[in-house]
Amino acid sequence: MTTTGYEAVIGLEAHVELATATKLFCGCPNEFGAAPNTHVCPVCLGLPGSLPVLNRTVVEYALRFAAALGFRVPDESIFARKNYFYPDMPKDYQISQYEEPILVDGAIDVDGVRIGIERAHLEEDTGKTTHMGGGGRIHEADYSLVDYNRAGVPLMEIVSRPDIRTAEQARAYVSELRGVLKALGVSDVKMEEGSMRVDANVSVRPVGTEAFGTKVEIKNMNSLRSLGRAIDFEIERQVAALEAGERIVQETRHWDEADGRTHGMRTKEGSSDYRYFPEPDLVPVAPSDAMRAAAAASVPELPAARRARLAADWGVSDADARVLVDVDGLADFAAAAVATLAGGTARDVANWCTGDVMAYLNETGLSVEVLPLAPDGLAELVGLVAAGTISRNQAKDVLAECLRTPKRPAQVVQERGLEQVSDAGALAAVVDEVLAANADAVAEYRSGDDKARKKKRGFLMGECMKALQGQGNPQLLNALLDERLAERLA
Amino acid sequence: MTDGTTPITGPIRHPISRADVEHVARLARLALTDAEVERLTADLAAVLAHAADVAALDLDGVPPTAHPLPLRNVLRDDEVRPTLDRAEVLAAAPVAEDGRFRVPRILDPS
Ligand SMILES: [Zn+2]
Repeated sequence: MTTTGYEAVIGLEAHVELATATKLFCGCPNEFGAAPNTHVCPVCLGLPGSLPVLNRTVVEYALRFAAALGFRVPDESIFARKNYFYPDMPKDYQISQYEEPILVDGAIDVDGVRIGIERAHLEEDTGKTTHMGGGGRIHEADYSLVDYNRAGVPLMEIVSRPDIRTAEQARAYVSELRGVLKALGVSDVKMEEGSMRVDANVSVRPVGTEAFGTKVEIKNMNSLRSLGRAIDFEIERQVAALEAGERIVQETRHWDEADGRTHGMRTKEGSSDYRYFPEPDLVPVAPSDAMRAAAAASVPELPAARRARLAADWGVSDADARVLVDVDGLADFAAAAVATLAGGTARDVANWCTGDVMAYLNETGLSVEVLPLAPDGLAELVGLVAAGTISRNQAKDVLAECLRTPKRPAQVVQERGLEQVSDAGALAAVVDEVLAANADAVAEYRSGDDKARKKKRGFLMGECMKALQGQGNPQLLNALLDERLAERLA
Repeated sequence: MTDGTTPITGPIRHPISRADVEHVARLARLALTDAEVERLTADLAAVLAHAADVAALDLDGVPPTAHPLPLRNVLRDDEVRPTLDRAEVLAAAPVAEDGRFRVPRILDPS
Protein backbone atom coordinates (compact mmCIF):
# COMPACT_ATOMS: atom_id res chain seq x y z
CA MET A 1 0.00 0.00 0.00
CA THR A 2 1.03 3.63 -0.31
CA THR A 3 1.71 6.10 2.43
CA THR A 4 1.77 9.05 0.02
CA GLY A 5 0.54 12.25 1.58
CA TYR A 6 1.76 11.31 5.05
CA GLU A 7 5.05 11.62 6.87
CA ALA A 8 6.19 9.65 9.87
CA VAL A 9 7.58 11.19 13.05
CA ILE A 10 9.91 8.78 14.78
CA GLY A 11 11.80 8.94 18.06
CA LEU A 12 14.04 6.13 19.27
CA GLU A 13 14.90 4.92 22.77
CA ALA A 14 18.08 2.90 22.81
CA HIS A 15 18.93 0.86 25.92
CA VAL A 16 22.63 0.12 25.98
CA GLU A 17 24.29 -2.27 28.44
CA LEU A 18 27.51 -0.70 29.63
CA ALA A 19 30.61 -2.89 29.43
CA THR A 20 31.74 -2.57 33.04
CA ALA A 21 33.29 -5.32 35.14
CA THR A 22 30.50 -5.13 37.73
CA LYS A 23 26.84 -4.18 38.03
CA LEU A 24 25.49 -0.65 38.52
CA PHE A 25 25.09 -0.73 42.29
CA CYS A 26 26.94 -3.85 43.51
CA GLY A 27 30.13 -5.81 42.87
CA CYS A 28 28.48 -8.75 41.10
CA PRO A 29 30.10 -9.54 37.74
CA ASN A 30 28.47 -7.92 34.72
CA GLU A 31 28.93 -10.90 32.46
CA PHE A 32 26.65 -12.55 29.94
CA GLY A 33 26.07 -16.30 29.85
CA ALA A 34 26.76 -17.46 33.43
CA ALA A 35 24.67 -20.19 35.10
CA PRO A 36 21.37 -18.71 36.38
CA ASN A 37 21.43 -16.84 39.70
CA THR A 38 25.18 -17.14 40.23
CA HIS A 39 25.91 -13.41 39.79
CA VAL A 40 23.73 -12.20 42.63
CA CYS A 41 24.22 -10.62 46.04
CA PRO A 42 22.04 -9.00 48.72
CA VAL A 43 22.00 -5.67 46.82
CA CYS A 44 20.79 -6.91 43.42
CA LEU A 45 18.40 -9.36 45.12
CA GLY A 46 16.90 -6.51 47.11
CA LEU A 47 17.47 -8.25 50.44
CA PRO A 48 16.56 -6.19 53.51
CA GLY A 49 19.36 -4.05 54.88
CA SER A 50 21.39 -3.95 51.67
CA LEU A 51 22.39 -0.60 50.19
CA PRO A 52 23.31 0.30 46.59
CA VAL A 53 26.59 2.11 45.84
CA LEU A 54 27.10 3.63 42.38
CA ASN A 55 29.81 2.23 40.10
CA ARG A 56 32.38 4.95 39.30
CA THR A 57 33.12 3.53 35.83
CA VAL A 58 29.47 3.93 34.84
CA VAL A 59 29.68 7.66 35.57
CA GLU A 60 32.96 7.87 33.62
CA TYR A 61 31.39 6.10 30.63
CA ALA A 62 28.37 8.43 30.66
CA LEU A 63 30.66 11.46 30.78
CA ARG A 64 32.75 10.10 27.91
CA PHE A 65 29.58 9.63 25.85
CA ALA A 66 28.57 13.19 26.77
CA ALA A 67 31.90 14.57 25.59
CA ALA A 68 31.62 12.65 22.30
CA LEU A 69 28.13 13.88 21.37
CA GLY A 70 28.08 17.31 22.98
CA PHE A 71 25.61 16.61 25.77
CA ARG A 72 25.17 19.06 28.59
CA VAL A 73 26.00 17.46 31.94
CA PRO A 74 23.86 19.17 34.62
CA ASP A 75 25.56 20.06 37.90
CA GLU A 76 23.61 17.32 39.63
CA SER A 77 21.56 14.33 38.65
CA ILE A 78 19.62 12.04 40.92
CA PHE A 79 18.26 8.52 40.90
CA ALA A 80 14.60 7.65 41.32
CA ARG A 81 12.59 4.57 42.10
CA LYS A 82 10.25 3.37 39.40
CA ASN A 83 7.68 1.25 41.20
CA TYR A 84 5.99 -1.65 39.50
CA PHE A 85 5.02 -5.21 40.26
CA TYR A 86 6.69 -7.63 37.97
CA PRO A 87 9.01 -10.41 39.10
CA ASP A 88 11.90 -9.33 36.83
CA MET A 89 13.02 -7.00 39.65
CA PRO A 90 13.22 -8.54 43.10
CA LYS A 91 12.82 -5.15 44.82
CA ASP A 92 9.48 -4.42 43.07
CA TYR A 93 11.07 -1.24 41.81
CA GLN A 94 13.80 -0.35 39.36
CA ILE A 95 16.37 2.31 40.18
CA SER A 96 16.42 4.72 37.24
CA GLN A 97 16.75 8.41 36.56
CA TYR A 98 13.59 10.34 35.85
CA GLU A 99 13.37 14.09 36.24
CA GLU A 100 17.08 14.81 36.49
CA PRO A 101 19.06 12.60 34.11
CA ILE A 102 22.84 12.63 33.96
CA LEU A 103 22.97 13.91 30.32
CA VAL A 104 20.72 16.25 28.36
CA ASP A 105 20.67 17.85 24.89
CA GLY A 106 23.09 15.95 22.72
CA ALA A 107 23.00 15.35 18.98
CA ILE A 108 24.48 13.08 16.35
CA ASP A 109 24.98 13.71 12.62
CA VAL A 110 23.51 10.98 10.46
CA ASP A 111 24.16 11.23 6.72
CA GLY A 112 24.31 15.01 6.94
CA VAL A 113 21.19 15.37 9.12
CA ARG A 114 21.50 16.36 12.77
CA ILE A 115 19.33 14.14 15.01
CA GLY A 116 18.77 15.58 18.46
CA ILE A 117 19.16 13.44 21.57
CA GLU A 118 16.93 14.70 24.33
CA ARG A 119 18.57 12.87 27.22
CA ALA A 120 20.55 9.89 28.32
CA HIS A 121 20.04 8.41 31.76
CA LEU A 122 21.35 5.56 33.86
CA GLU A 123 19.26 2.69 35.16
CA GLU A 124 19.53 -0.94 36.17
CA ASP A 125 18.65 -3.76 33.82
CA THR A 126 16.04 -6.29 34.89
CA GLY A 127 16.31 -10.03 35.45
CA LYS A 128 15.43 -12.53 32.79
CA THR A 129 12.06 -14.28 32.94
CA THR A 130 11.36 -17.50 31.09
CA HIS A 131 7.71 -18.37 30.66
CA MET A 132 6.90 -22.05 31.05
CA GLY A 133 4.00 -23.68 29.24
CA GLY A 134 1.73 -22.02 26.71
CA GLY A 135 4.46 -22.04 24.07
CA GLY A 136 6.63 -19.72 26.18
CA ARG A 137 4.24 -16.78 25.76
CA ILE A 138 3.55 -14.73 28.85
CA HIS A 139 -0.22 -14.69 28.34
CA GLU A 140 -0.60 -18.43 28.14
CA ALA A 141 2.22 -19.52 30.46
CA ASP A 142 1.50 -21.71 33.49
CA TYR A 143 4.28 -20.12 35.52
CA SER A 144 7.61 -18.34 35.00
CA LEU A 145 11.23 -18.84 36.04
CA VAL A 146 13.47 -15.92 36.94
CA ASP A 147 17.23 -15.52 36.70
CA TYR A 148 18.57 -12.37 38.39
CA ASN A 149 22.08 -12.39 36.86
CA ARG A 150 21.09 -9.47 34.62
CA ALA A 151 19.23 -7.60 37.37
CA GLY A 152 21.32 -4.53 38.18
CA VAL A 153 23.49 -4.59 35.05
CA PRO A 154 24.14 -0.94 34.11
CA LEU A 155 22.07 0.45 31.26
CA MET A 156 22.23 3.82 29.61
CA GLU A 157 18.94 4.78 27.97
CA ILE A 158 19.45 7.19 25.08
CA VAL A 159 16.30 9.02 24.03
CA SER A 160 16.31 10.76 20.66
CA ARG A 161 14.15 13.72 19.76
CA PRO A 162 11.36 12.97 17.26
CA ASP A 163 13.66 14.12 14.45
CA ILE A 164 13.61 10.90 12.44
CA ARG A 165 11.30 10.59 9.42
CA THR A 166 11.89 7.20 7.80
CA ALA A 167 12.76 3.63 8.72
CA GLU A 168 15.97 3.99 6.73
CA GLN A 169 16.98 7.06 8.72
CA ALA A 170 16.15 5.23 11.97
CA ARG A 171 18.49 2.41 10.98
CA ALA A 172 21.22 4.86 10.02
CA TYR A 173 20.82 6.66 13.36
CA VAL A 174 21.15 3.42 15.34
CA SER A 175 24.08 2.35 13.20
CA GLU A 176 25.92 5.64 13.80
CA LEU A 177 25.11 5.55 17.51
CA ARG A 178 26.43 2.00 17.75
CA GLY A 179 29.60 3.02 15.99
CA VAL A 180 30.15 5.86 18.45
CA LEU A 181 29.46 3.70 21.53
CA LYS A 182 31.77 1.00 20.20
CA ALA A 183 34.56 3.48 19.43
CA LEU A 184 34.19 4.87 22.95
CA GLY A 185 34.56 1.36 24.35
CA VAL A 186 31.58 1.75 26.67
CA SER A 187 29.39 -1.08 25.30
CA ASP A 188 29.45 -4.16 23.08
CA VAL A 189 26.31 -2.78 21.38
CA LYS A 190 25.22 -6.14 20.01
CA MET A 191 21.53 -5.98 19.15
CA GLU A 192 21.31 -9.71 18.54
CA GLU A 193 22.66 -10.48 22.03
CA GLY A 194 20.56 -7.81 23.67
CA SER A 195 23.38 -5.51 24.78
CA MET A 196 21.62 -2.84 22.71
CA ARG A 197 17.81 -2.77 22.58
CA VAL A 198 15.90 -0.16 20.63
CA ASP A 199 12.25 0.84 21.03
CA ALA A 200 10.60 3.20 18.56
CA ASN A 201 7.89 5.81 19.05
CA VAL A 202 6.06 6.18 15.74
CA SER A 203 3.30 8.53 14.68
CA VAL A 204 2.15 9.79 11.28
CA ARG A 205 0.74 13.13 10.12
CA PRO A 206 -0.34 14.61 6.80
CA VAL A 207 2.61 16.11 4.94
CA GLY A 208 2.82 19.84 5.58
CA THR A 209 1.21 19.75 9.03
CA GLU A 210 3.06 20.51 12.24
CA ALA A 211 0.99 18.83 14.95
CA PHE A 212 2.11 15.37 16.00
CA GLY A 213 -0.21 12.42 15.48
CA THR A 214 -0.93 9.94 18.28
CA LYS A 215 2.25 8.00 18.95
CA VAL A 216 2.59 4.28 19.31
CA GLU A 217 5.56 2.64 21.02
CA ILE A 218 6.92 -0.46 19.32
CA LYS A 219 9.21 -2.93 21.06
CA ASN A 220 10.98 -6.24 20.59
CA MET A 221 13.11 -5.50 17.52
CA ASN A 222 16.36 -7.44 17.86
CA SER A 223 18.26 -6.36 14.77
CA LEU A 224 18.65 -3.30 12.58
CA ARG A 225 16.69 -5.12 9.93
CA SER A 226 13.72 -5.85 12.18
CA LEU A 227 13.82 -2.24 13.44
CA GLY A 228 13.39 -1.05 9.86
CA ARG A 229 10.68 -3.59 9.06
CA ALA A 230 8.74 -2.85 12.24
CA ILE A 231 8.76 0.91 11.60
CA ASP A 232 7.69 0.47 7.99
CA PHE A 233 4.88 -1.86 9.04
CA GLU A 234 3.73 0.54 11.74
CA ILE A 235 3.72 3.54 9.38
CA GLU A 236 1.59 1.64 6.89
CA ARG A 237 -0.75 0.37 9.62
CA GLN A 238 -1.33 3.86 10.99
CA VAL A 239 -1.85 5.46 7.58
CA ALA A 240 -4.32 2.72 6.63
CA ALA A 241 -6.21 3.27 9.90
CA LEU A 242 -6.40 7.04 9.35
CA GLU A 243 -7.47 6.57 5.73
CA ALA A 244 -10.23 4.26 6.97
CA GLY A 245 -11.43 7.01 9.30
CA GLU A 246 -10.19 5.27 12.46
CA ARG A 247 -8.38 6.86 15.39
CA ILE A 248 -4.89 5.78 16.41
CA VAL A 249 -4.82 4.41 19.96
CA GLN A 250 -1.85 5.39 22.09
CA GLU A 251 -0.40 2.03 23.10
CA THR A 252 2.62 -0.22 23.18
CA ARG A 253 2.86 -2.77 20.39
CA HIS A 254 5.15 -5.79 20.10
CA TRP A 255 6.97 -6.58 16.86
CA ASP A 256 6.64 -10.22 15.81
CA GLU A 257 9.54 -11.16 13.57
CA ALA A 258 7.80 -14.33 12.38
CA ASP A 259 4.59 -12.78 11.03
CA GLY A 260 6.14 -9.40 10.22
CA ARG A 261 3.50 -7.41 12.13
CA THR A 262 3.16 -5.36 15.31
CA HIS A 263 0.63 -6.54 17.90
CA GLY A 264 -1.09 -4.51 20.59
CA MET A 265 -0.20 -5.43 24.18
CA ARG A 266 -2.19 -5.26 27.34
CA THR A 267 -2.49 -1.60 28.38
CA LYS A 268 0.37 -0.61 30.61
CA GLU A 269 0.58 1.57 33.64
CA GLY A 270 1.17 5.20 32.62
CA SER A 271 4.26 7.01 33.87
CA SER A 272 2.29 8.59 36.75
CA ASP A 273 1.39 5.08 37.82
CA TYR A 274 5.04 4.21 38.35
CA ARG A 275 4.98 6.60 41.33
CA TYR A 276 8.54 7.76 40.74
CA PHE A 277 10.22 9.31 43.75
CA PRO A 278 13.85 10.17 44.58
CA GLU A 279 15.85 7.13 45.64
CA PRO A 280 16.64 7.70 49.32
CA ASP A 281 19.52 5.18 49.35
CA LEU A 282 21.62 7.05 46.76
CA VAL A 283 23.04 10.56 46.91
CA PRO A 284 23.12 12.93 43.91
CA VAL A 285 25.81 12.61 41.26
CA ALA A 286 27.71 15.87 40.75
CA PRO A 287 30.53 15.27 38.26
CA SER A 288 33.57 17.36 39.17
CA ASP A 289 35.52 19.41 36.66
CA ALA A 290 38.33 16.87 36.90
CA MET A 291 35.99 14.00 36.01
CA ARG A 292 34.59 15.97 33.07
CA ALA A 293 38.06 16.85 31.81
CA ALA A 294 39.28 13.26 32.12
CA ALA A 295 36.23 12.06 30.19
CA ALA A 296 36.77 14.60 27.42
CA ALA A 297 40.41 13.52 27.13
CA SER A 298 39.38 9.86 26.83
CA VAL A 299 37.29 10.33 23.66
CA PRO A 300 39.00 8.58 20.73
CA GLU A 301 38.51 9.35 17.05
CA LEU A 302 34.81 8.88 16.26
CA PRO A 303 33.56 6.90 13.24
CA ALA A 304 32.59 9.93 11.13
CA ALA A 305 36.06 11.46 11.53
CA ARG A 306 37.72 8.13 10.90
CA ARG A 307 35.76 7.59 7.69
CA ALA A 308 36.73 11.04 6.46
CA ARG A 309 40.38 10.38 7.30
CA LEU A 310 40.46 7.01 5.52
CA ALA A 311 38.81 8.52 2.46
CA ALA A 312 41.37 11.34 2.42
CA ASP A 313 44.53 9.40 3.35
CA TRP A 314 43.94 6.15 1.52
CA GLY A 315 41.85 7.39 -1.39
CA VAL A 316 39.03 4.93 -0.71
CA SER A 317 35.40 5.69 -1.56
CA ASP A 318 32.97 6.88 1.12
CA ALA A 319 31.14 3.57 0.87
CA ASP A 320 34.34 1.57 1.38
CA ALA A 321 35.38 3.81 4.27
CA ARG A 322 32.01 3.07 5.87
CA VAL A 323 32.51 -0.67 5.51
CA LEU A 324 36.02 -0.45 6.98
CA VAL A 325 34.84 1.56 9.99
CA ASP A 326 31.48 -0.16 10.57
CA VAL A 327 32.74 -3.73 10.53
CA ASP A 328 34.22 -4.66 13.90
CA GLY A 329 37.99 -4.42 13.81
CA LEU A 330 38.28 -4.14 10.03
CA ALA A 331 39.69 -0.60 9.91
CA ASP A 332 42.18 -1.49 12.67
CA PHE A 333 43.19 -4.58 10.74
CA ALA A 334 43.65 -2.56 7.55
CA ALA A 335 45.61 0.13 9.39
CA ALA A 336 47.92 -2.48 10.91
CA ALA A 337 48.47 -3.94 7.44
CA VAL A 338 49.20 -0.50 5.97
CA ALA A 339 51.72 0.10 8.76
CA THR A 340 53.80 -2.90 7.62
CA LEU A 341 53.40 -2.33 3.90
CA ALA A 342 56.65 -2.80 1.94
CA GLY A 343 55.15 -2.46 -1.55
CA GLY A 344 51.75 -1.48 -2.90
CA THR A 345 49.39 1.12 -1.50
CA ALA A 346 47.01 1.62 1.42
CA ARG A 347 44.24 1.64 -1.13
CA ASP A 348 45.28 -1.87 -2.27
CA VAL A 349 45.01 -3.02 1.34
CA ALA A 350 41.59 -1.37 1.71
CA ASN A 351 40.35 -2.95 -1.52
CA TRP A 352 41.31 -6.44 -0.37
CA CYS A 353 39.66 -5.77 3.00
CA THR A 354 36.35 -4.51 1.63
CA GLY A 355 36.41 -7.06 -1.18
CA ASP A 356 37.66 -10.59 -0.64
CA VAL A 357 38.16 -10.37 3.14
CA MET A 358 34.64 -8.96 3.70
CA ALA A 359 33.11 -11.54 1.36
CA TYR A 360 34.77 -14.29 3.40
CA LEU A 361 33.59 -12.77 6.72
CA ASN A 362 30.04 -12.50 5.42
CA GLU A 363 30.12 -16.03 4.06
CA THR A 364 31.44 -17.58 7.29
CA GLY A 365 30.04 -15.22 9.91
CA LEU A 366 33.54 -14.94 11.41
CA SER A 367 35.00 -11.77 12.87
CA VAL A 368 38.28 -10.22 11.77
CA GLU A 369 39.99 -11.04 15.07
CA VAL A 370 39.73 -14.80 14.56
CA LEU A 371 41.12 -14.87 11.02
CA PRO A 372 44.39 -16.81 10.71
CA LEU A 373 45.54 -14.06 8.38
CA ALA A 374 47.55 -11.42 10.25
CA PRO A 375 47.62 -7.80 9.10
CA ASP A 376 51.25 -8.12 8.02
CA GLY A 377 50.22 -11.20 6.02
CA LEU A 378 47.84 -9.06 4.00
CA ALA A 379 50.62 -6.47 3.59
CA GLU A 380 52.88 -9.28 2.32
CA LEU A 381 50.25 -10.28 -0.24
CA VAL A 382 49.86 -6.71 -1.46
CA GLY A 383 53.66 -6.53 -1.72
CA LEU A 384 53.84 -9.73 -3.79
CA VAL A 385 51.37 -8.29 -6.29
CA ALA A 386 53.10 -4.91 -6.38
CA ALA A 387 56.47 -6.57 -7.01
CA GLY A 388 54.97 -8.58 -9.85
CA THR A 389 55.72 -11.90 -8.14
CA ILE A 390 52.10 -12.96 -8.59
CA SER A 391 49.21 -11.57 -10.58
CA ARG A 392 46.08 -10.12 -8.97
CA ASN A 393 44.12 -13.21 -9.93
CA GLN A 394 46.70 -15.49 -8.38
CA ALA A 395 46.63 -13.28 -5.30
CA LYS A 396 42.91 -13.97 -4.92
CA ASP A 397 43.60 -17.69 -4.70
CA VAL A 398 46.50 -17.17 -2.31
CA LEU A 399 44.35 -14.96 -0.08
CA ALA A 400 41.55 -17.52 -0.10
CA GLU A 401 43.98 -20.06 1.36
CA CYS A 402 45.48 -17.59 3.86
CA LEU A 403 42.00 -16.74 5.18
CA ARG A 404 41.45 -20.40 6.04
CA THR A 405 44.87 -21.57 7.13
CA PRO A 406 47.68 -20.00 9.13
CA LYS A 407 50.00 -20.00 6.10
CA ARG A 408 51.83 -16.87 5.02
CA PRO A 409 51.13 -15.66 1.45
CA ALA A 410 54.78 -16.14 0.42
CA GLN A 411 54.62 -19.72 1.65
CA VAL A 412 51.48 -20.44 -0.37
CA VAL A 413 53.06 -18.86 -3.46
CA GLN A 414 56.10 -21.08 -3.03
CA GLU A 415 54.14 -24.28 -2.36
CA ARG A 416 51.99 -23.73 -5.41
CA GLY A 417 54.98 -22.66 -7.52
CA LEU A 418 53.19 -19.47 -8.40
CA GLU A 419 56.15 -17.14 -8.49
CA GLN A 420 56.19 -15.16 -11.67
CA VAL A 421 59.52 -14.92 -13.40
CA SER A 422 60.22 -11.22 -13.22
CA ASP A 423 63.94 -11.37 -13.71
CA ALA A 424 64.53 -9.34 -16.88
CA GLY A 425 67.66 -11.28 -17.83
CA ALA A 426 65.95 -14.66 -17.55
CA LEU A 427 62.94 -13.42 -19.48
CA ALA A 428 65.09 -11.91 -22.24
CA ALA A 429 66.90 -15.21 -22.63
CA VAL A 430 63.60 -17.02 -23.08
CA VAL A 431 62.40 -14.44 -25.63
CA ASP A 432 65.62 -14.83 -27.61
CA GLU A 433 65.34 -18.62 -27.60
CA VAL A 434 61.71 -18.50 -28.76
CA LEU A 435 62.51 -16.06 -31.57
CA ALA A 436 65.42 -18.20 -32.73
CA ALA A 437 63.33 -21.37 -32.70
CA ASN A 438 60.52 -19.70 -34.66
CA ALA A 439 62.41 -18.00 -37.46
CA ASP A 440 59.48 -18.59 -39.87
CA ALA A 441 57.06 -16.74 -37.67
CA VAL A 442 59.55 -13.92 -37.20
CA ALA A 443 59.97 -13.67 -40.99
CA GLU A 444 56.21 -13.55 -41.49
CA TYR A 445 56.02 -10.88 -38.80
CA ARG A 446 58.57 -8.76 -40.64
CA SER A 447 56.82 -8.97 -44.01
CA GLY A 448 53.18 -8.99 -42.87
CA ASP A 449 50.63 -6.21 -42.56
CA ASP A 450 49.35 -4.94 -39.17
CA LYS A 451 46.82 -7.71 -38.88
CA ALA A 452 49.33 -10.45 -39.65
CA ARG A 453 51.88 -8.90 -37.28
CA LYS A 454 49.37 -8.83 -34.46
CA LYS A 455 48.62 -12.47 -35.04
CA LYS A 456 52.28 -13.54 -35.15
CA ARG A 457 53.10 -11.42 -32.11
CA GLY A 458 50.32 -13.16 -30.18
CA PHE A 459 51.70 -16.54 -31.25
CA LEU A 460 55.24 -15.66 -30.15
CA MET A 461 53.99 -14.33 -26.81
CA GLY A 462 52.14 -17.59 -26.28
CA GLU A 463 55.32 -19.56 -27.03
CA CYS A 464 57.28 -17.47 -24.51
CA MET A 465 54.65 -18.10 -21.80
CA LYS A 466 54.62 -21.78 -22.65
CA ALA A 467 58.39 -21.88 -22.24
CA LEU A 468 57.98 -20.23 -18.83
CA GLN A 469 55.14 -22.57 -17.82
CA GLY A 470 52.84 -19.57 -17.57
CA GLN A 471 54.86 -17.91 -14.86
CA GLY A 472 56.46 -15.10 -16.78
CA ASN A 473 55.59 -11.64 -15.62
CA PRO A 474 53.24 -10.63 -18.46
CA GLN A 475 54.04 -6.90 -18.40
CA LEU A 476 57.80 -7.45 -18.52
CA LEU A 477 57.52 -10.21 -21.07
CA ASN A 478 55.36 -8.07 -23.38
CA ALA A 479 57.81 -5.21 -23.15
CA LEU A 480 60.81 -7.44 -23.90
CA LEU A 481 59.11 -9.13 -26.84
CA ASP A 482 58.14 -5.77 -28.34
CA GLU A 483 61.68 -4.55 -27.89
CA ARG A 484 63.20 -7.60 -29.62
CA LEU A 485 60.67 -7.54 -32.49
CA ALA A 486 61.27 -3.83 -33.04
CA GLU A 487 65.00 -4.63 -33.38
CA ARG A 488 64.15 -7.18 -36.09
CA LEU A 489 62.17 -4.54 -38.01
CA ALA A 490 64.92 -1.96 -37.95
CA MET B 1 -2.42 9.83 62.37
CA THR B 2 -5.73 11.67 62.31
CA ASP B 3 -9.08 9.99 62.07
CA GLY B 4 -11.86 10.90 59.68
CA THR B 5 -13.45 13.40 62.05
CA THR B 6 -10.40 15.57 62.61
CA PRO B 7 -10.89 18.98 61.03
CA ILE B 8 -8.40 19.72 58.28
CA THR B 9 -6.55 23.00 58.55
CA GLY B 10 -4.65 24.91 55.88
CA PRO B 11 -5.42 25.33 52.21
CA ILE B 12 -6.26 22.11 50.37
CA ARG B 13 -5.47 22.58 46.73
CA HIS B 14 -5.87 18.98 45.71
CA PRO B 15 -8.34 17.20 47.92
CA ILE B 16 -8.14 13.47 47.42
CA SER B 17 -11.15 11.43 46.34
CA ARG B 18 -12.17 7.90 47.24
CA ALA B 19 -11.43 6.94 43.64
CA ASP B 20 -7.84 8.26 43.98
CA VAL B 21 -7.30 6.18 47.09
CA GLU B 22 -8.70 3.07 45.43
CA HIS B 23 -6.43 3.67 42.43
CA VAL B 24 -3.31 4.09 44.57
CA ALA B 25 -4.26 1.03 46.58
CA ARG B 26 -4.58 -0.98 43.40
CA LEU B 27 -1.14 0.19 42.20
CA ALA B 28 0.36 -0.82 45.54
CA ARG B 29 -1.50 -4.13 45.42
CA LEU B 30 -3.33 -3.38 48.68
CA ALA B 31 -6.71 -4.99 49.32
CA LEU B 32 -8.61 -2.40 51.38
CA THR B 33 -12.05 -2.73 52.92
CA ASP B 34 -14.60 0.04 52.36
CA ALA B 35 -14.04 1.24 55.90
CA GLU B 36 -10.28 1.42 55.32
CA VAL B 37 -10.76 3.37 52.10
CA GLU B 38 -13.02 5.76 53.99
CA ARG B 39 -10.50 6.30 56.80
CA LEU B 40 -7.45 6.54 54.46
CA THR B 41 -9.19 9.11 52.27
CA ALA B 42 -9.48 11.40 55.27
CA ASP B 43 -5.94 10.58 56.50
CA LEU B 44 -4.39 11.26 53.13
CA ALA B 45 -6.33 14.48 52.81
CA ALA B 46 -4.70 15.60 56.06
CA VAL B 47 -1.26 14.63 54.75
CA LEU B 48 -1.91 16.56 51.56
CA ALA B 49 -3.09 19.52 53.60
CA HIS B 50 0.26 19.54 55.35
CA ALA B 51 2.04 19.39 52.02
CA ALA B 52 -0.13 22.26 50.86
CA ASP B 53 1.14 24.35 53.81
CA VAL B 54 4.65 23.92 52.44
CA ALA B 55 3.52 24.58 48.89
CA ALA B 56 1.92 27.83 50.03
CA LEU B 57 5.32 29.25 51.00
CA ASP B 58 7.35 31.33 48.56
CA LEU B 59 9.93 28.75 47.49
CA ASP B 60 11.21 30.34 44.29
CA GLY B 61 14.93 29.82 44.20
CA VAL B 62 14.88 26.99 46.76
CA PRO B 63 16.11 23.83 45.02
CA PRO B 64 14.15 20.67 45.75
CA THR B 65 15.84 18.42 48.28
CA ALA B 66 16.75 15.10 46.71
CA HIS B 67 18.58 13.83 49.76
CA PRO B 68 18.74 15.07 53.34
CA LEU B 69 22.50 14.50 53.74
CA PRO B 70 25.00 16.97 52.24
CA LEU B 71 26.77 14.19 50.34
CA ARG B 72 27.60 13.94 46.64
CA ASN B 73 29.28 11.30 44.48
CA VAL B 74 29.41 8.29 46.76
CA LEU B 75 31.08 5.98 44.26
CA ARG B 76 32.77 2.59 44.36
CA ASP B 77 35.51 1.20 42.13
CA ASP B 78 34.43 -1.20 39.40
CA GLU B 79 35.83 -4.31 41.09
CA VAL B 80 34.17 -7.70 41.30
CA ARG B 81 33.11 -8.77 44.81
CA PRO B 82 32.11 -12.25 45.97
CA THR B 83 28.59 -13.31 45.04
CA LEU B 84 26.18 -15.41 47.08
CA ASP B 85 26.02 -19.17 46.91
CA ARG B 86 23.14 -20.15 44.66
CA ALA B 87 21.85 -22.93 46.90
CA GLU B 88 21.67 -20.46 49.76
CA VAL B 89 19.89 -17.89 47.57
CA LEU B 90 17.31 -20.33 46.25
CA ALA B 91 16.71 -21.77 49.71
CA ALA B 92 15.01 -18.45 50.49
CA ALA B 93 12.67 -18.78 47.51
CA PRO B 94 9.17 -20.20 48.06
CA VAL B 95 9.75 -22.40 45.00
CA ALA B 96 12.85 -22.88 42.86
CA GLU B 97 13.29 -24.83 39.66
CA ASP B 98 16.24 -25.38 37.38
CA GLY B 99 18.47 -22.93 39.28
CA ARG B 100 15.85 -20.22 39.04
CA PHE B 101 13.08 -18.64 41.09
CA ARG B 102 9.73 -20.09 40.17
CA VAL B 103 6.96 -17.48 40.24
CA PRO B 104 3.21 -17.81 39.62
CA ARG B 105 1.66 -16.92 36.28
CA ILE B 106 2.44 -13.22 35.72
CA LEU B 107 -0.52 -12.08 33.59
CA ASP B 108 -4.15 -12.99 33.88
CA PRO B 109 -5.12 -15.22 30.99
CA SER B 110 -8.19 -13.00 30.45
ZN1 LIG C 1 24.76 -7.99 43.20
